[in-house]
Amino acid sequence: MAVIEVAGLRKAYGRRQVLEDVSFTVERGEVFGLLGPNGAGKTTAVECCEGLRRADSGTVRVLGLDPVRDAHKLRPRIGIQLQQAQLQGALRVGEALELYAALYPKPREPRELLDEWGLAGEVRTPFDKLSGGQRQRLFIALALVGDPEVAFLDELTTALDPQGRRDTWELVRRIRDNGVTVVLVSHFMDEVEALCDRAAVLDGGRIVAAGTPAELVARSGSGGTLGFCPTAPLDTARLAALPGVTAVEERDGRIEVTGTGDFADEVTGLLAREGIVVTGLRIREHSLDDAYLALTHHDA
Amino acid sequence: MNHTVHAVRRLATVEARLFLRDPLTAFFSLAFPVLLLVVLGCIPALRRTSPDLHGMSTIQLYAPILAVFTLLLLGLNGLPSLLSAYRERGVLRRMSASPVRPGLLFGALVPMYVGIATVSVLLVVLGGVALGVPLPRQPLGFLLAFVLAAAAMMSVGLLIASFVPSAKAGNAVGALAFFPMMFFSGIWLPRDMSPALLDRIGDFTPSGAAVQALQDSWNGHFPHAVGLLTLAAYAVLAGGAAAKLFRWE
Repeated sequence: MAVIEVAGLRKAYGRRQVLEDVSFTVERGEVFGLLGPNGAGKTTAVECCEGLRRADSGTVRVLGLDPVRDAHKLRPRIGIQLQQAQLQGALRVGEALELYAALYPKPREPRELLDEWGLAGEVRTPFDKLSGGQRQRLFIALALVGDPEVAFLDELTTALDPQGRRDTWELVRRIRDNGVTVVLVSHFMDEVEALCDRAAVLDGGRIVAAGTPAELVARSGSGGTLGFCPTAPLDTARLAALPGVTAVEERDGRIEVTGTGDFADEVTGLLAREGIVVTGLRIREHSLDDAYLALTHHDA
Repeated sequence: MNHTVHAVRRLATVEARLFLRDPLTAFFSLAFPVLLLVVLGCIPALRRTSPDLHGMSTIQLYAPILAVFTLLLLGLNGLPSLLSAYRERGVLRRMSASPVRPGLLFGALVPMYVGIATVSVLLVVLGGVALGVPLPRQPLGFLLAFVLAAAAMMSVGLLIASFVPSAKAGNAVGALAFFPMMFFSGIWLPRDMSPALLDRIGDFTPSGAAVQALQDSWNGHFPHAVGLLTLAAYAVLAGGAAAKLFRWE
């Protein structure tokens, strides 16, 4: 069952069209990524799902409810981590969780969340004295304090160092393992690749691709690169003619073949038929990073 | 319903703690008025009644002024700077992402501020008793005047908070409203000693009307309807405008 259904969503700020005909669905229990460059409309799209913004047209249903009209019914069932928000500067970590727990009808135990998110040692630390990572963890804990069915996490790891990001990923997996559906807004491909079951790529207010990370890579048309040094002369034109091969480059005796689909099998097949032994064989599969760049590439 | 009450109570508790964590504001709101009264009261000449002051002593004149001080400080200065800072930091936005209406923050802050102002007034009244200022002789009128004054100051403060664009502007406009209102309350020049024209203008400011109404009831008269209506008008008009204009982000 779809937990979130967005169809034909449009939103403009003044004359600037931010979202144009955006549609996607999120299934229960999955981690869904919304990715795209800055200004692509990711945050606006999730804010329409959270009920913080009203769409100009189109329908948005979260847990079967209209996020704006049924806000009072929906809000207790979702958790929101905002991209840019701070708490009262002198508010202590423990007080923040207790306060937000009091705003939800069936909250989780604040103590439990403090332990879970490694904040137990900071119970009496005021918000202004927290590090970037601690703040981020506090905001995730606040997003979960209402025991939500869906959690929206917006640019979760932007302020974190590499270790902090990895730690946070582990925590997001933990949220999912607890049965919470997660909508993750991100512009980091590795994050989406590591965490998301499915993702949609937004660019210029439109969804340019959607699917599993693997599907996105496949759809972007960027497959991989096979590199090797042939021990006997090899006509590169014959490589270029193979199905799936998009480019062949030769430099200092080393050949790099780029292609999609089963191009690597074709290349190794040709080498076998010709009896050419190769050394220094390297295969690099294109990552979501490459796919993302291909999907959101603009001609200036 | 029950849950909303719980949420507001928790919010008020948290905000009260935050308030007390800011020692300067806490000092000026709670201790300053009564301390000033005591300092003035230590000067014997100011304790003596004088025919120039319609048979009152100077500290008797100052008691209602100091009773209004905390309301002015918290309403006109405190609310706009706090709320505009909350808006700028995204505190209001974060709260509006929770199940409660962010308006509940007003439901927590305003009663808390009025509560603090009430403590301050009680301290001034009791301090006054120690210095020979009699208790307000028209308690009902005093209570009514105080409630209306609180409503007026808080509404004006919310109105300022609703239109200031930033925390900086919130501080500045709050201070800009606070000092003239202090003047019209008579803290530098008690109203009875100021020129008649200024006095008349002062009657129609929230602070002037509040001090006059409190002073009348202190002296045993029921406050004039004009003063009470002035306060009520500020409360209703500024409060209504604030409700229309207030932006959460």
